[in-house]
Amino acid sequence: MLKRNWPVAALIALLVAGLVAPLATGASPAGFYVEVVLGGLMAGVLYSLVALGFVLIFKASGVFNFAQGAMVLFAALSVARMAEVMPWWLAALLAVAIMVALAWLIERLVLRPLVNQEAIALLMATLGVTYFLDGFGQTVWGSDIYEINLGIAKEPVMVLDRLFQGGILVNKEDFVAAVAAAALVAGLALFFQKTPTGRALRAVADDHQAAQSIGIPLNRIWVIVWSVAGVVALVAGVIWGAKLGVQFSISQVALKALPVVILGGFTSVPGAIVGGLIIGVGEKLAEVFLGPVLVKAFDLAGGGIENWFAYMLALLFLLVRPEGLFGEKHIDRV
Amino acid sequence: MQHARRIGEPILTVEGVSLSFGGVRALQNVSFDVREHEIRAIIGPNGAGKSSMLNVINGVYHPQDGRITFAGKVRHQVDPHEAAERGIARTFQSLALFKGMSVLDNIMTGRNLKMRANLLLQALRIGPALREEIEHRAVVERIIDFLEIQAHRKTPVGRLPYGLQKRVDLARALALEPRVLLLDEPMAGMNLEEKQDMCRFILDVNDQFGTTIVLIEHDMSVVMDISDRVVVLDYGRKIADGTPDAVRADQAVIDAYLGVSH
Repeated sequence: MLKRNWPVAALIALLVAGLVAPLATGASPAGFYVEVVLGGLMAGVLYSLVALGFVLIFKASGVFNFAQGAMVLFAALSVARMAEVMPWWLAALLAVAIMVALAWLIERLVLRPLVNQEAIALLMATLGVTYFLDGFGQTVWGSDIYEINLGIAKEPVMVLDRLFQGGILVNKEDFVAAVAAAALVAGLALFFQKTPTGRALRAVADDHQAAQSIGIPLNRIWVIVWSVAGVVALVAGVIWGAKLGVQFSISQVALKALPVVILGGFTSVPGAIVGGLIIGVGEKLAEVFLGPVLVKAFDLAGGGIENWFAYMLALLFLLVRPEGLFGEKHIDRV
Repeated sequence: MQHARRIGEPILTVEGVSLSFGGVRALQNVSFDVREHEIRAIIGPNGAGKSSMLNVINGVYHPQDGRITFAGKVRHQVDPHEAAERGIARTFQSLALFKGMSVLDNIMTGRNLKMRANLLLQALRIGPALREEIEHRAVVERIIDFLEIQAHRKTPVGRLPYGLQKRVDLARALALEPRVLLLDEPMAGMNLEEKQDMCRFILDVNDQFGTTIVLIEHDMSVVMDISDRVVVLDYGRKIADGTPDAVRADQAVIDAYLGVSH
């Protein structure tokens, strides 16, 4: 058992070592290290949210939804522009309705006609939805950079200055966002585990045919799943937009969610969450601490690690554990 | 719940059903009926079209020709979930359980159709939604007792041995409280003891709930013991129909099973 799993064990050991190395070697003061980790966790929560959207849809319909990032952008744009004429929470509620309507339209116009088609056809269809949403969002809402103001102070606050020398700077908005995201994830988990509809969703994810035979209507389940994915996208969009402004580059966040789902496993909700956090923290630590080491050792320019770190990690995982940390191992009967 | 096993009027009638996949003619002009409360078997050698017949009744396949009357309503095409709504439940030959879910959750999904509370109430677990959950749980517990799987309630189905998984499959179908229960090779791959258990459960379901049962089976001896009437298919055609004794003595059936030069 252990013998066969040594590459995985080695990878995880490397990961853990990498996470604690800066602290253990005394390369950074404890306070600064904690700050970097917190920053990473914040980014990680957002990755988790986007990845969660991917996983939900993949589990329930076997579709790899390339449009998840575009949905994040579209939702954020809707909230930002509507919030100009009404309170932001009302805008957010309306945006929820828009995302549900969108889910319904996608089920009607894209999924239903393509039922029982090859996975690649569905992937291409979601690629089409991506470009449509990117473009249509800008047509309707405009293509500038917009703000979402949640009315929470953005100034960092100094906390724990007794425990660490110099204290830790925490942004209150970040903190609220992280709590909101965590609450959403917990709520979804309960919904999936404890309600009849959640049970039906899991049933469809496990076996389409059997689910139909006991009278679960696939079409309705798809609308619900895409709606939930839309709402998750909305929350991610609002948090991201409040932090960095709503702009086209949000759509690219989706690409960061890819390594996250590879790391966590395509079919695992906890995997999406843990994967997002690992990648968020990992890339921040790599950027801050690994960069200078590389500069010193190889006389490089350093920097930019944040951009490729996640993908390299995902590549390593694909090599040694393709099903991800929590994914289901596929064993085909021969 | 004491039903005297009174066999009633036909509840399901299949008339002139033909089904082909491209050039392969899976069913050709097959007709038979199933009476209320009876145990009706469909048997035949490999590739005779037994599973196709079941899939037509259940709405997975849509026949090119023929019609099916269920509970007085004629229909040409249905979807599986419509069939379930109208009271037709089924089990699967190669298990199609929700492997990641517990035994209890698997069987509870069978009650989904009967749940009426809306999504919001469900999410908050209040009022009607909670009452409903408790009611349905009681029904499911009765089924669990009935099929003697109490000890495995919380076990993920994927971890159970094959014979027990088959029982969970049956339990999930029973949770729909169907009028007609379709069993696709319920004894396939079982050892003798498991087969005897399954036979007992099938007879008990029929006896205590009055459920009409249509079962496909490979193993002739099992079928002959528990069925009221038997349809025999061979190469997609019906070659015999009648009581087990009549069918057993039928020359066409003997030929189909033992093989003769045509």
